[in-house]
Amino acid sequence: MSEKVVTLSIGGGGKQTSSFIKDIILKHFDNEIIDNLGDASYIKTGVSSAFTTDSFVVRPEFFNGGNIGKLSVCGTVNDLAVSGAKPLYLSFALVVAEGYSLDKLEQIVESAAIEAKIAGVKIVCGDTKVVERGGVDGVIINTCGVGDVVKKLNHYVNVKTGDKVIVTSDIARHGMAIMLERGQFGFNGDIKSDCACLNHMMSNIYEYNIKFSRDATRGGVAAVLNEIAEKSGKGFIIDEENIPLRQDVAELCETLGYDPLSVANEGAAVIIVSEEDAEKVLDALHKSDTGKNAKIIGSVTDDARVILNTISGGKRVVDLPPGELLPRIC
Amino acid sequence: MNPNIPFRDKETALKLSNAIKNEAKEDKHYKIMEVCGTHTMAIARSGLRSMLPSNVELVSGPGCPVCVTSQGEIDLFFELIDKGVSVVSFGDLLRIPGSNGQSLMDKRAHGADVSVVYSPLDTIKLAKASPDKHYTFLGIGFETTAPTVAALIMQAKKENIENLSVLSFCKTMPKAFELILSDTSLHLDGFLCPGHVTAITGISLYDPIIASKKAAVVAGFEPVEMLDAIYEIIGQVNKGEFHTVNKYRRVVPDEGSQAARDILSTVFYDNDATWRGLGKLEKSGLGIKEEYAEYDALKRFNLVPKDITEIKGCKCGQVLTGKIKPSACGLFGKKCTPEEPVGPCMVSSEGTCAAYYKYKLGEI
Repeated sequence: MSEKVVTLSIGGGGKQTSSFIKDIILKHFDNEIIDNLGDASYIKTGVSSAFTTDSFVVRPEFFNGGNIGKLSVCGTVNDLAVSGAKPLYLSFALVVAEGYSLDKLEQIVESAAIEAKIAGVKIVCGDTKVVERGGVDGVIINTCGVGDVVKKLNHYVNVKTGDKVIVTSDIARHGMAIMLERGQFGFNGDIKSDCACLNHMMSNIYEYNIKFSRDATRGGVAAVLNEIAEKSGKGFIIDEENIPLRQDVAELCETLGYDPLSVANEGAAVIIVSEEDAEKVLDALHKSDTGKNAKIIGSVTDDARVILNTISGGKRVVDLPPGELLPRIC
Repeated sequence: MNPNIPFRDKETALKLSNAIKNEAKEDKHYKIMEVCGTHTMAIARSGLRSMLPSNVELVSGPGCPVCVTSQGEIDLFFELIDKGVSVVSFGDLLRIPGSNGQSLMDKRAHGADVSVVYSPLDTIKLAKASPDKHYTFLGIGFETTAPTVAALIMQAKKENIENLSVLSFCKTMPKAFELILSDTSLHLDGFLCPGHVTAITGISLYDPIIASKKAAVVAGFEPVEMLDAIYEIIGQVNKGEFHTVNKYRRVVPDEGSQAARDILSTVFYDNDATWRGLGKLEKSGLGIKEEYAEYDALKRFNLVPKDITEIKGCKCGQVLTGKIKPSACGLFGKKCTPEEPVGPCMVSSEGTCAAYYKYKLGEI
């Protein structure tokens, strides 16, 4: 029997739409709110809410350490968590190409459901659109997320000279895992994406004097630090020898000419914390699996630039990375 | 363990940095040219300049293969695309602007088939997978890269692959060295010689440097190796005794690689080539020999690089020959940025202007 694939009728609003929602969506996202299948879902949030959205287009959809479904939950959960909010509810909108494997689509939905359970969030509404072959390539997912604000962590003015900078995980794994998965340059390796929800880890540190936090996705740690520098007028001095980085990841980056600081992460956040609380935050981070490799990498300065003390004792500027990372010639 | 790690050791690097400070005479200015683009970037990335005294100056030379590609040569990339050819390239070339201001990246966004590869031989896989398309590899590189381009041509002929060709604008270093050495206004004291090029050519490439009473030290690309080479150069200058020293023996044999040179001479012949900013240099390019003519994109598509001068104000030529620092070019950081480059120097991963812009050199 040939493989079952997505057909235009799944997005058509009729019988097939209904059975797709029942057999795949509700089966995995099972909760009382989504089960109602209303045009909108009723949710309860606290006095102050945080709201975010993100679209996911990663290729290939399946990679070492996750897939686009898992990523679509982690990405939005993390945007809330690093903004100081407890994630509560997510939406989940699929755009899928006609002809896409139904099995794979279900795996994607199932991974999203599993990750939502791990994070303790409910997926309460969603949508599925099927587009004609060639309209999109594979699957695109958009998720929105709502959470209760515990502590606002997006205010640049809170960043003060002398504050410490922590990265919560070893860096550059997601970008390099995707690069290997694409097999584009003929390299092999076992680098798993760091794709993970950070909300439980973050909830352990809200009690401390955290000034600012942001997850270091596209553009990596370099982009986050430069963005904060630009908006806050403060700068950073960071130490290369303290940046957590796995050796295989470091070597692959080096071979291709990538700066690990500019490579994407999906489970690493940059935290700016008062000097007094830095060690306490580090201890708290080390207690969770996603934060076990966290390190203090540097501190905030008055000079609105990002400076790196290199491993060999030199100094250099870390600039905003270019739009697309390209391997070098030799 | 990564074999490079000992060569990044902070303690050793600081010792060498202090040794350089002691060796460099206060009343003398030492001007050292790093010839290789990989050195330019490695120096910037490791923050090496911050470890040198102010009277030891490093200037960049014509050692970024992308940067010395002339505008007329670059424009042929786009002519190929307009002919419906699928082009295959190293990542470095994707942001290089053509005369029309567009890059291969822009062309790709408009639907052109542009593939990025790490090895030229990957072009064979692409050609086999899509026999209905014609793939042209954009052959840019010096002695280091050229053997892999030659290997692609030899392999394609061996496998009788018909939908593949190479646009060879590979170049060789000797004539560029001659040009630099003949320019007395540069006041150079020595050269940090390109490790990877030497791995092919051997250290005899630097005989003319020694003959003109300047130091030539072959160096690796790690901070300790580069500092060690700089220390050696300063020592030679102080003594006034010059000889080529190979400080990169862990990778580079003194005699280079005969096998690689054989591959080069099998496929290529020396032709006259136009270098961006340097002009036409006799027998400084690698053309594809008649025996492999069917793989020569110039012949196959009847292409001739036009004699196009660089955009007015672009001082790539002076930057590439170490005459000026990028910041002395009126376009640098203003009209010419990585987002909207005027010259390839600003966007090649080994470009001097790219290094100065990305790492804000001279500002720390």
